[in-house]
Amino acid sequence: MAWFSSPSDATTRLATAGYLADAATATTSFLAGALEKPLLVEGPAGVGKTELAKAVSRATGADLVRLQCYEGLDEARALYEWNYKKQLLRIQAATDGQAWEETHDDIFSEEFLLTRPLLTAIRRDAPTVLLIDEVDKTDVEVEGLLLEVLSDFQVTIPELGTVAATRRPFVVLTSNASRELSEAVKRRCLYLHLDYPDTEREKEIVTSQVPDLDDKVATQLVTAVARLRDLELKKAPSIAESVDWARTLLALHIDDLDAKAIDDTLGVVLKHSSDTERAVRELKLR
Amino acid sequence: MTLLDRHIAFLEALRAAGMPVSLSEDLDAVAALGLVGWGQRQQVHDTYAATLVKRQSQRETFDELFEIYFPRMVGEGFAAAAEPEGSRPARPADGPADLAAFTEELADALEADDLERLRQLASEAVGRFGSMPGRGPGMSSWSAYTTLRRLSTDELTLKLIEGLRRGGWTEEQAGRTAAKRVGSYQQMVEADARRRIAEEKGPDQIARITVRPTIDRLDFLSARRADLEALRREIYPLARRLATRLTQEKHARRRGPIDMRRTVRASISNGGVPLDVRLRPKRPHRTELVVLCDVSGSVANFASFTLMLVFALREQFGKVRAFTFVDDVHEVTDYFTPGSDMVDTMTRLADATSHAARFGRTNYGRAFGRFVEEHPDALGPKSSLLILGDARSNYSDLSLPTLRRMAASARHAWWLNPEARRNWDTGDSAASDYAAVVPMVECRNLTQLTEFVHDIL
Ligand SMILES: Nc1ncnc2c1ncn2[C@@H]1O[C@H](COP(=O)(O)OP(=O)(O)OP(=O)(O)O)[C@@H](O)[C@H]1O
Ligand SMILES: [Mg+2]
Repeated sequence: MAWFSSPSDATTRLATAGYLADAATATTSFLAGALEKPLLVEGPAGVGKTELAKAVSRATGADLVRLQCYEGLDEARALYEWNYKKQLLRIQAATDGQAWEETHDDIFSEEFLLTRPLLTAIRRDAPTVLLIDEVDKTDVEVEGLLLEVLSDFQVTIPELGTVAATRRPFVVLTSNASRELSEAVKRRCLYLHLDYPDTEREKEIVTSQVPDLDDKVATQLVTAVARLRDLELKKAPSIAESVDWARTLLALHIDDLDAKAIDDTLGVVLKHSSDTERAVRELKLR
Repeated sequence: MTLLDRHIAFLEALRAAGMPVSLSEDLDAVAALGLVGWGQRQQVHDTYAATLVKRQSQRETFDELFEIYFPRMVGEGFAAAAEPEGSRPARPADGPADLAAFTEELADALEADDLERLRQLASEAVGRFGSMPGRGPGMSSWSAYTTLRRLSTDELTLKLIEGLRRGGWTEEQAGRTAAKRVGSYQQMVEADARRRIAEEKGPDQIARITVRPTIDRLDFLSARRADLEALRREIYPLARRLATRLTQEKHARRRGPIDMRRTVRASISNGGVPLDVRLRPKRPHRTELVVLCDVSGSVANFASFTLMLVFALREQFGKVRAFTFVDDVHEVTDYFTPGSDMVDTMTRLADATSHAARFGRTNYGRAFGRFVEEHPDALGPKSSLLILGDARSNYSDLSLPTLRRMAASARHAWWLNPEARRNWDTGDSAASDYAAVVPMVECRNLTQLTEFVHDIL
């Protein structure tokens, strides 16, 4: 299956799936599918990294398999694990006459295998989007594991043999860049840096998610958000926060986003008190 | 130059600028370009970016080089080519009236923040006001500097601020935005001058000379205003990455020596066989840091970055105290309250320079003397001393014995010098004299700074 037939096809179909991609995102998504290479998406929080993977799956009708990374994630949670409880039961249930060899072969079979997201994605026959989310949260050892899986798209299980992908999944890795990933992993991936969108595209995103928002307010909102992002805050407002803000304004029936309205609702967008102080001061809200 | 030649030359230039482009990435780029084709410049750009640039900090360098090797236009571009032959004046229209008209147009575009228009105007400006005719073919050149001086960017900035304020912006915001827009227009002008020179002289030569290093390798001492902002924005992410790395390394090192008592006790349940080895937890040792920074002139930037980084990592240290000096000493620890705003802190730090100066000329010897006098309790057996400065003391008395006493009373002492090592000991630099007392490390950019901070933690 071809994922996207061209960059512009990616733009159109992602848009149909509710994701408004800029040119670089569309081109890179097209390439990731066509070259069958994993796509590493980096960028600040809430700019649509995770959402891109979900949108690819919606746009192409592929199922999404998600591996959420965290500190302490290990092979047993990421790749596969033997269901030892069930194995123990099986051993105890073995009749006296049964040879150990037989029992052994039996307990290391498909029935006792617990597949985790990486193996699941590789074994699936249907088109699959594999989302490896927040990969920077893992320990360095897991990167070694990913490296193996992402280079050859195959996994060796000593007791069962090698499982190779019949169909390569569309792999998206996301990262907040809280640490640098190893060069080796990066070399195997295509790279996309997602950043805050320009005001025009942000307005499209906001109005597509909150269609009832008044056009004037939407313009005021994205302009205000852009100004806030210029302030070098600790936590700049993300797209998700713009959308939340839009919902709030709609719920409060605010039809003009003036200084007072911004001040009253700023808590939706800014999460640190020093950021709020700075915004109030620089935008002269009070 | 064929496309393949250009591709190879481009990759060479990226590598020369410090980007680690591997052979497999080279092949990926070729395969990818085979799919998207060469028809659209933006797609070629995005394809190269996706396959070759794996780190956002390299992005600016990549973009600059892309502009040189794959210019958006040749000569005066489409606009000029569309005019009928002969309708263009032989000489560029660059008289005072032309300049006034052009400036007007530019001001409008800046106020509207119309990027495409601004880019055209950048190219036009270089073509009209920045040409430096040479004596023969291949000898003429283009100067961004001349262009920008003739356009007088300061006036443009003021005008833009006025315009924005009329549109309801606050003074601070208008000022910041105007500086940013004019700054980005300046960069467009510089890029266009590079493009034109590359056209005359070939891209390789110009790439070698003019492309600036990536932000993490940029010399603190040669940073421009826009760079300072970019550098400042790097500090928190950098501190965060460093902290993550340190935590991970600490976990790996967490196991201490064998705890015999607990091991023996645990062995009882196995009939005395020590199956379970118990390890003593490692006692984390936390550095107490005393930072002493030269804040005179150009070293000031270096000092404030280092301070920002140290304080962003404050949880990693037991305690941090910071002092600034020119020829007197002033404690600035309180400026770094937790959760305080980075820009404010930097501004207050800069304002406080006057407290660190008595006669206003850097005098390391005097500053060390004053430090010992005023803060005799600052250094102790648990503390580590970190001195930041270029060791340029205006040929004054160095007070080496005082520094020796300071170093002896601390657990460790280091000196970070933001100057390139080859400049040490030139002019009034007393680098070697001081380095003989306190080990001195060259620290010219963020990469070196990160490594140093990592190593002392
Ligand atoms: N291009 C886009 N088109 C439509 N919606 C978008 C787009 N980008 C972001 N969004 C919206 O922003 C929200 C946040 O995006 P997402 O959760 O993917 O961010 P993220 O980058 O993964 O953040 P984090 O780093 O916090 O995980 C999404 O739920 C989506 O509604
Ligand atoms: Mg996410």
